[in-house]
Amino acid sequence: MLERNAAVRCCGYCLRQYRYDRRDLGVIEFQAVTKRFDDGTVAVDELNLTVDPGRITVFVGPSGCGKTTSLRMINRMIDATSGAILVDGKDVRQSDPPLLRRGIGYVIQQAGLFPHRTVLDNVATVPVLAGWSRAKARKRAEELLETVGLPASMAGRYPAQLSGGQQQRVGVARALAVDPPVLLMDEPFSAVDPVVREDLQTELLRLQGELDKTIVFVTHDIDEAIKLGDKVAVFRTGGILAQYDKPSELLARPADDFVSNFVGRDRGYRALGFLTASGLTVGEIASVRLGDTAGDARRKLSDGWVVVVDERKHPCGWLSADRLSGVDEQAAVDADLVLSGGSLYDTEHGSLRSALDAALSSPSAQGVAVNGSGELVGSVTADEVLRALAAARTAGEVPQ
Amino acid sequence: MTWVFDHLGLLGDLTVTHVYLSVLPVLLGLVIAVPLGWAASRWRPARAVLLTVSGLLYTIPSLALIVILPALISTKTLDPVNVIITLTVYTIALLVRSIADALSSVPPTVVAAATAIGYRPFKRFVGVEFPLAVPVVVAGLRVAMVSNISLVSVGALIGIAGYGQLFTNGFQLQFVTEIVTGIVATLLLALVADLLLQLIGRLVTPWTRVGR
Amino acid sequence: MNLLTSWLFDPTNWSGPTGVPARLLEHLWYTALALAIAIVIGFPLGALVGHTKRGGFVLVGAANVLRALPTVGVLTLVVLLAGIGLVPPIAALTLLAIPPIMAGAYAGIGAVEPVVVDAARGVGMREREVLFQVEIPNAMPLIFGGVRSAALQVVATATIAAYVGLGGLGRYVFDGLALHDYPQMAGGAILVAVLAVLVELVLTGVQRLVVSPGLRPVRTSGGIQR
Repeated sequence: MLERNAAVRCCGYCLRQYRYDRRDLGVIEFQAVTKRFDDGTVAVDELNLTVDPGRITVFVGPSGCGKTTSLRMINRMIDATSGAILVDGKDVRQSDPPLLRRGIGYVIQQAGLFPHRTVLDNVATVPVLAGWSRAKARKRAEELLETVGLPASMAGRYPAQLSGGQQQRVGVARALAVDPPVLLMDEPFSAVDPVVREDLQTELLRLQGELDKTIVFVTHDIDEAIKLGDKVAVFRTGGILAQYDKPSELLARPADDFVSNFVGRDRGYRALGFLTASGLTVGEIASVRLGDTAGDARRKLSDGWVVVVDERKHPCGWLSADRLSGVDEQAAVDADLVLSGGSLYDTEHGSLRSALDAALSSPSAQGVAVNGSGELVGSVTADEVLRALAAARTAGEVPQ
Repeated sequence: MTWVFDHLGLLGDLTVTHVYLSVLPVLLGLVIAVPLGWAASRWRPARAVLLTVSGLLYTIPSLALIVILPALISTKTLDPVNVIITLTVYTIALLVRSIADALSSVPPTVVAAATAIGYRPFKRFVGVEFPLAVPVVVAGLRVAMVSNISLVSVGALIGIAGYGQLFTNGFQLQFVTEIVTGIVATLLLALVADLLLQLIGRLVTPWTRVGR
Repeated sequence: MNLLTSWLFDPTNWSGPTGVPARLLEHLWYTALALAIAIVIGFPLGALVGHTKRGGFVLVGAANVLRALPTVGVLTLVVLLAGIGLVPPIAALTLLAIPPIMAGAYAGIGAVEPVVVDAARGVGMREREVLFQVEIPNAMPLIFGGVRSAALQVVATATIAAYVGLGGLGRYVFDGLALHDYPQMAGGAILVAVLAVLVELVLTGVQRLVVSPGLRPVRTSGGIQR
């Protein structure tokens, strides 16, 4: 039986909806796993952790904390010194490593694409290893290129001709080729520049929305961990698990000083991202349409500002007394006259954080509020947000 | 073994000749290759031409070159000069590429800093660029040296002295000891030369010796 | 200039069992044989050490010693010990051709980026598959460089081997020397030089065919498209 559950969260500017069904495919269990290297260093120390199926679990921590080592023990790239790792109840040590690895997707930093093969043949690697005919494998590879958002023209190119971001996408496609239930990702986005990284993160969330894989994701970037993880495991140097929780819990209730320091000084602000803005009052806002006259706009100015919307009632910017000075009464308001700026607060899906951001980034100190379809519905101010936050605290509202 | 001790005088003479015939080309080759290598690192067309020609020259077997040279430059067939010139040509062919690559790999920021401080081009080359290229050049020199030491023996085939004489003589007299002596002597010489070059290389580049 | 060309342009020298075509074929045959055996011996050794990353020091040391051996010395020694005939000189030629091939295989496989090898294991390739499907194809430029170097080495040494009784183009040099016939010596030398250059060109061409286009240096034409 599939249970459908629509849970929604807003992180920054991206909207994420996911549904999950309860499946047993892809449960990963660490049972008292320890890894000690020959020179004596303890990379992982008695790790006990269960990775939920169909979710993204992030391992995060400073260098030397054992996050990558733990990940690599799942597909036996490294073998544990003691303890057991079970995937779907079966100890990984009972499987032949190459066969185990063919059933687990593995994505690494710098992609590790085979330079001597075309993009298509790179993606088709595992199916061919698993015995598929080359034609069938290539067909599947073509589908996957589309899934990860690469144009079909890339298929015949070689990795050296691709940018870092494109190479990473190919790496993900290669990992997904035989549709494994588990995907291991080792700092996959660390080697690309921040703009590309954000794109890739959003892509991953979108993909996960379609595919529901069990993903174990390693990163040293706490922001990435909070953005992507359904659950986050914070590791301390020496291979010790400091806290394993939902991101909102990490932010609201860090287990100790290490975790709270690692999560960062502005965790309060980040925590706002997890509070729904149900108690927030949306106020009135003055608006004019594109094509109305400058005279109309002047008359509508409220506190010196008025919002301009298009024919679909989507806001496109602001007009102020300054902008309108010297403009003829009968002249039509057009796009050139409008001052753009400020983010939007979505009343149906937005969090307190996005409301605060809208208020703070608006040139008029009034945050623009829109409904789920993007139509203007009103304004929010910073004061209102803080009032709503205080109310949430006194009500003991637990951040979800 | 007694043969060796009996013929120490001969071995001494042959060593001197062999050393002379292998070291001189390396020195000459270095002197000529540096400006050529610099030109190749500076201008793309020069690089293309120089590297192609060196590649071609390096392909030609040593014996062939030693034999052809007398006709080209009017020397006598048995003149050791042929060997020297042949080995110089090989050394140049080897080093031009080495030097060109080494100079190209000097960080451009360092060169820019030197210019900004006020170095004139020639002084800058001598004082900054070339010293930084030395490690790679030394590596090239070591290969050239060992290679030359081995190649000098080829000259013996057409009558030129050196350890090669031990091989030709030994072969004609069917005397294995002599040949083995020749091989061992060549290897020893190569080892000593290699170590010396490594040492010189280190002395000249103190900054590479400083560890953390 | 006449000295260099007079013998070459004499048509009588181009026919018969001691004519140029015959000697050329002999020379090519020796080269191919020695090269093939050297590859069979040297390549697996170099590849294995490069793949397992064990014994590199020994291999490099051995290659260096072999490279410093004087070719004339090795040739004369082997022939004296093992007698005249085809085998001893070919054995010497093979011995001298092994170092570049071994070094090329070792360096080539060692130079494959660790990330790529890690990914190969990560997608589930067995060690054998990692070596053959990923490491060797990616090491081809250096491996082939070693083969080319060895080929030239053999062409040159085969010339010298005429001194110890082998056939081939080197014969003209030594026969000419014995007869004080400089034009013959020069003719032989020129033929050898031309052969060497041709072998190099052919092998370079083969390399372009064998090495994957993905391994050629990329010329960025106007930036990479996002």
